[in-house]
Amino acid sequence: MKVSLFVTCLVDQLFPQVGLSTASLLRRLGCDVEAPKGQVCCGQPAFNSGYVPQARDVARSLVGTFEDAEYVVSPSGSCCGMVRHFYPGLFASEPATLSSAQRFVGKAFELSEFIVRVLRVTDVGAVFPHRVTYHPSCHGSRLLGVRDEPMTLLRAVRGVEFAPLLRAEDCCGFGGTFSVKMSETSCAMVDEKVDHVVETNAQYLVGTDMGCLMNIAGRLQVRGVNVKPIHLAEVLDQGAAAERKEAAG
Amino acid sequence: MTANENPTDLHGRVATALQDDFLRKAVRFTADRLRSGKARTTEALGHWEDWRERGRLVRAHTVENLDYYLDQFTRNVEAAGNHVHFAETAHEAAEIAVSIARAKKARLVVKSKSMVSEEVHINARFGEHNIECLETDLGEWIVQLARETPSHIIIPAIHKNRHQVQALFEAEGGTKLGPETATLAAHARRRLREKFAQADIGMTGCNFGIAETGSVVLFTNEGNGRMCTTLPDTHIVMMGMERLLPSWDDLELMANLLPRSATGQKLTTYVNILTGARRPGEADGARELHIIVLDNHRSEQLGDPEFQAILHCIRCGACLNVCPVYRQIGGHAYGSVYSGPIGAVLTPLLNRDPRAAELADASSLCGACYEACPVKIPLHDMLVHLRRRNVESGRTKSLERASFGLYGKVFSSSTWYRFVTAIGRVFQRLVLGGGLKRRWLATRLPVVKGWAKNRALPAAPSQTFRQLWAKQGGDKPPKD
Repeated sequence: MKVSLFVTCLVDQLFPQVGLSTASLLRRLGCDVEAPKGQVCCGQPAFNSGYVPQARDVARSLVGTFEDAEYVVSPSGSCCGMVRHFYPGLFASEPATLSSAQRFVGKAFELSEFIVRVLRVTDVGAVFPHRVTYHPSCHGSRLLGVRDEPMTLLRAVRGVEFAPLLRAEDCCGFGGTFSVKMSETSCAMVDEKVDHVVETNAQYLVGTDMGCLMNIAGRLQVRGVNVKPIHLAEVLDQGAAAERKEAAG
Repeated sequence: MTANENPTDLHGRVATALQDDFLRKAVRFTADRLRSGKARTTEALGHWEDWRERGRLVRAHTVENLDYYLDQFTRNVEAAGNHVHFAETAHEAAEIAVSIARAKKARLVVKSKSMVSEEVHINARFGEHNIECLETDLGEWIVQLARETPSHIIIPAIHKNRHQVQALFEAEGGTKLGPETATLAAHARRRLREKFAQADIGMTGCNFGIAETGSVVLFTNEGNGRMCTTLPDTHIVMMGMERLLPSWDDLELMANLLPRSATGQKLTTYVNILTGARRPGEADGARELHIIVLDNHRSEQLGDPEFQAILHCIRCGACLNVCPVYRQIGGHAYGSVYSGPIGAVLTPLLNRDPRAAELADASSLCGACYEACPVKIPLHDMLVHLRRRNVESGRTKSLERASFGLYGKVFSSSTWYRFVTAIGRVFQRLVLGGGLKRRWLATRLPVVKGWAKNRALPAAPSQTFRQLWAKQGGDKPPKD
């Protein structure tokens, strides 16, 4: 099965390890993984701010990159949500791109969704002996309907001690440009999220979107809270890498 | 409805709200209570998603055929000898109410909670004609005594504690009262009963108008609604033009959706269904019934594929109770009669004041509002459409327009993207800093400062994913 990785611009620029873990995990699950060089961004920052023509230019380029892929998998529910939820409407007035966009939409998956629903794997064989909590990102759960898959995968990880997060479904306050346009409100929101993270006594905060994790991490650092935000892909992959080492040793 | 009840802009109002710890605590407490109540009753009912879908279908059908149902409703109301008045603007709606009151030489109007009457600022308009308009819903009365506006669609005084209420009641009644809730409630009951008996006109809103019989339905919890509709000789109903249901069967559905979504109740304490004024031989009820149907830009949404569904709203307030933004800033920060996610969408649609337009920014687009909505209004999508309108009408700042213009160019080409981000990464390392080392410029540069004031900057790693991927062998499968 050939998987084209949609890394997202945020992971490319700031969190390359998440992209590498995603690729390594998928390869271990038997996928043939490529990361097309032409990809850039889904266009969401412009789209959500109301700059539709600019978003369409960016999205058109992404459609061109992925329209012929077999499967497109992304370690972001938000970017994947942009593609699946908004691309059909975005190109409704542009028939030349619409059919390509629809082909892309039909095969774009968020990582945990792809593993559980397409690969039909719930236990990737990972080991992660730590106390963790989990923040479900809004776009992944609400726009894509990926609600149970991340937890299904996380619960199967050996050694994980899971601590539930109070009001986990509440937004962390990121919201893309919202975090800078309504900075103080956004900060009040992330503060409440951080309060609940602290209550869990977890060592790691697991998420499926680096936008949210970057926001929460930024506030955790300022408040001097020693909880490490980590993408689900890294948990599923690093743990497996450790297991491989153990087996070799 | 105006956005200038509070003279500052959105950011000013938000800043005021964020400093008010009492307000924020009260909002969180009440929102949590309503939210968990809703979760409990919807779970007990079962098949909630099916109920929501039925709710959506009924509201969509009604709004699609609004002309038909308005006509049917009007004919049925008039056939029973009652009056329907259509008002195109908020001003006109208030004028109609005032002229009815003046014709009756009314001096006192008692009012049961009604968001539409807030929308047309009826209290102030009556006041101009020396007609006292008294709020009789406990929360609304508190807010009226404090000369404020409601901060929640269904819990108007969410932001007041009992000590503040005690002070307001003592000032109004001229007597000493204790801070005990029972004492305060008893005082309100006594004072309001006196007024009900003296009132010339009772005014209410309308949760639903039933087209097939011309009935007006009111869901209330305090009994004041029933006082307003039965004691005074004249009853004025003020309703938005979209507030109809075709039939009593549809009401059964809404009676399941509305109280559960609003307060987490299976049913409100009172459900009043009024089909016309008092008839010959009946012992009570108003002798004359006037229904004022307000448009105020609602009909402009009809036929608009992006916004027509805003008319599906049944004003339950469930979107407020789950909204993480409302939770932090409360209702007054929205500067409008309608607050929370529904207010952020509805206010700019009903109000051409440019200051209302910026409300579209007051959301992180998390979609909790849509998920909570009993009739599935896609509020999160509408907020994005409103932002697009703001851009198209040139309301956004020039720096923002330039930035997104540049973004559109750079992020649609992987060559430009690699080139520009390479420079950006150097700029971040040398000038802005990463992690907690936020350099001087990071807290002053527009956009960046919005982040860096409150959060550590993510540190840019020395190599991008692309570079590391290529280094590891790229798309070639690794050899074991």
